[in-house]
This record gives sequence, C-alpha cells and structure tokens, in this order.
Amino acid sequence: MLAALTQLLLFQLAGEVIAHGFGLPVPGPVIGMALFFLFLVLRGGPGQELQQTAQGLLQHLSLLFVPAGTGVMLHLHRLQDEWLPILVSLLVSTAATLIVTALVMKALARNPATPQ
Amino acid sequence: MAPQFTEIWVYLATSPLLGLTVTLLAYQGAWWLYRRTGFHPLANPVLLAVAILVGLLVLTGTPYRTYFDGAQFVHFLLGPATVALAIPLYAQVKRLKAMLLPVIAALLAGSLTAIVSAMAVAKLFGASLPTMLSLAPKSVTTPIAMGVSEGIGGIPSLTAVLVIITGILGAVGARYLFDAMRLRDPAIRGFAIGVASHGIGTARAFQVSEQAGAFAALAMGLNGLLTALLLPALLPWLAL
Repeated sequence: MLAALTQLLLFQLAGEVIAHGFGLPVPGPVIGMALFFLFLVLRGGPGQELQQTAQGLLQHLSLLFVPAGTGVMLHLHRLQDEWLPILVSLLVSTAATLIVTALVMKALARNPATPQ
Repeated sequence: MAPQFTEIWVYLATSPLLGLTVTLLAYQGAWWLYRRTGFHPLANPVLLAVAILVGLLVLTGTPYRTYFDGAQFVHFLLGPATVALAIPLYAQVKRLKAMLLPVIAALLAGSLTAIVSAMAVAKLFGASLPTMLSLAPKSVTTPIAMGVSEGIGGIPSLTAVLVIITGILGAVGARYLFDAMRLRDPAIRGFAIGVASHGIGTARAFQVSEQAGAFAALAMGLNGLLTALLLPALLPWLAL
C-alpha cells in the first residue's frame, strides 16, 4: 500500500511540476492522472497492490469532497443573491448536455461502425 | 464545572483533531442516512455531511479556517485520488477502442454544451463573473472541477457544491428525459449521464445496468480530462 501511495503521489508531483513549470491552467493532479493513464497503457494495467490502494481511495471518494464543500459557508450570501441564475443554469445546462450527448452518440452509433 | 468545560473547548476548538474527527463523524452519519433511504439520490451523503458541518460551525461560531486546519488532511487526499481515477478509465480502454468515433463526437459535443450553456444561461439571468466561472466546470467530477475552477478564477468551494447539485439533477432527471425521447440503448443513456453528471450520475447508472454504468464511468473520466484541457483554452473565446 505504501509503495502504491508513493507511486500515486509521484505522478501527482510530476503533474504539479509540469503544470507550474509550463504555467498551464490545467490542475496538476489531472496531468498526473493523464500521465498515470499513459503509464498503465504502456505497462498493460495496474498491479494488484496499485489496484487495491486505488480502490481504497476511490471507495471513499465522496468523503474527500466534504472539507471543500463545507467552504460553501463562506459563500452563502452569493448563493442567496444569485440563486436564480444558478438554479436555471444548472437545470438547463444539465438537460441540454444529456440531450446533446445522447443524440450525437445515437446518430453516429446507428450506422454500425465501419470495420477497422 | 462550566469554566473547566470552556477551557477544554477553547483548547480543542483550535486543535486540528476536532476538525478532522467532526468531518469523519458527519460523513459517517450522512452515509448512514443515505443507506437508510435506500440510496435515494436526494439524500446524497456529501450534501448531507456538508449541511451537518455548516450547521455545526455556524452554531459554535467556528470560522471555516479553523475547521479546515483539521479537515485539510482529508482534503489533501483529493490529489492522489484524482490520479487514481486513471485506473477505472483504463478498465474501459477496450470498449473505448471499439466505439471510438461515436464516443469522441458525443464527448466533444456534450462537453462543449455543458460549459457553454451553463455560462450563457447564468449570464442571461444576471450572474456575476466569479459565479459564471464557478459554474463552467460543473459537469465534471469534483476534484477536477475544483482544480479547473481555481485555475480560471472561479471559487473552488462554490464549484464543489454546484457539481454536487448537477450530479443529483442528472441522476434524478435523466430517466424521465430519455424515456420521453424514447431512447433505450443503455450504452448511450449511460454515456450521456456520465458526461452531464459525473460520479453521482455514474453511481446511479450502475444501479440501472452494468453496461450503462461502465459507459458512464468512461464518460466521466474522459469529460474530466477534456474539460480540464478545453475550458482554460476556451475561455478567451467566450466573450465574457
């Protein structure tokens, strides 16, 4: 578990170095995820230890959002002031995204994929 | 007795131990409630835990900064957890190769729709710029959305809450929407849910069918990556 956690942190660290070194607006951990994905493709999948550690982390993924989510208490006045644009935006955008994604995929998947 | 208690409280209130313990307790309480409701999407454990914690902090007059001194140990794990998301993504690699064209086209269209429609509607209804920027990454999984939000000048903690609400909306509403559209293919339904409402939608899709869940997980991973790359590059083109 320790080796796997170290590996995840190393990929995150590499991501942070790249993000800050090149002044990229993409978060370091996301670059770390992309690097880690490439690593998995090259290596042909995660080992058992890595799989277990990642599973342990991701199993409690929603817990990890709680401290940041609690930070909403600093923005309660903003939610009060702007609840209407926020609510309409979330409703319209979520429905539009569902519809557009599904329709595009349906249109292209209907003609069975050309053999490769 | 009372002064003694006050002394202990003053000591504990400033120690990281309390913030950390209370976070874990609130989350487990929220999880218990979520399970009691039969995993109802409206009883989302993050939403419940945040409500419990905000209530507690406001009641005890504890500043968020003090609380976060303890809670940051949990928060820190978001980084390695984001890196670890590569593993479920990798698990979908074969499926991805088989349906490459429809998947990529649907992903691009969906990702753009999510960003542009959220910002446009918010602007139309008079939202402020920080709010619009906080809304832009609302369809991707929280650790990525918060990182993107911070990078483009949004408010990460506001984004976290908007992401959770988006997830709940998609998880609850997608079924009715797709039934009305007579859209039955579980792969398409799952993929659209994953693009629009990330992990919360994905969890919901898995309850409907294995195939829908797998496509939702794939969509969630891809859209997280795409939005992180696309949104910062797209911003200068979206006349704000």
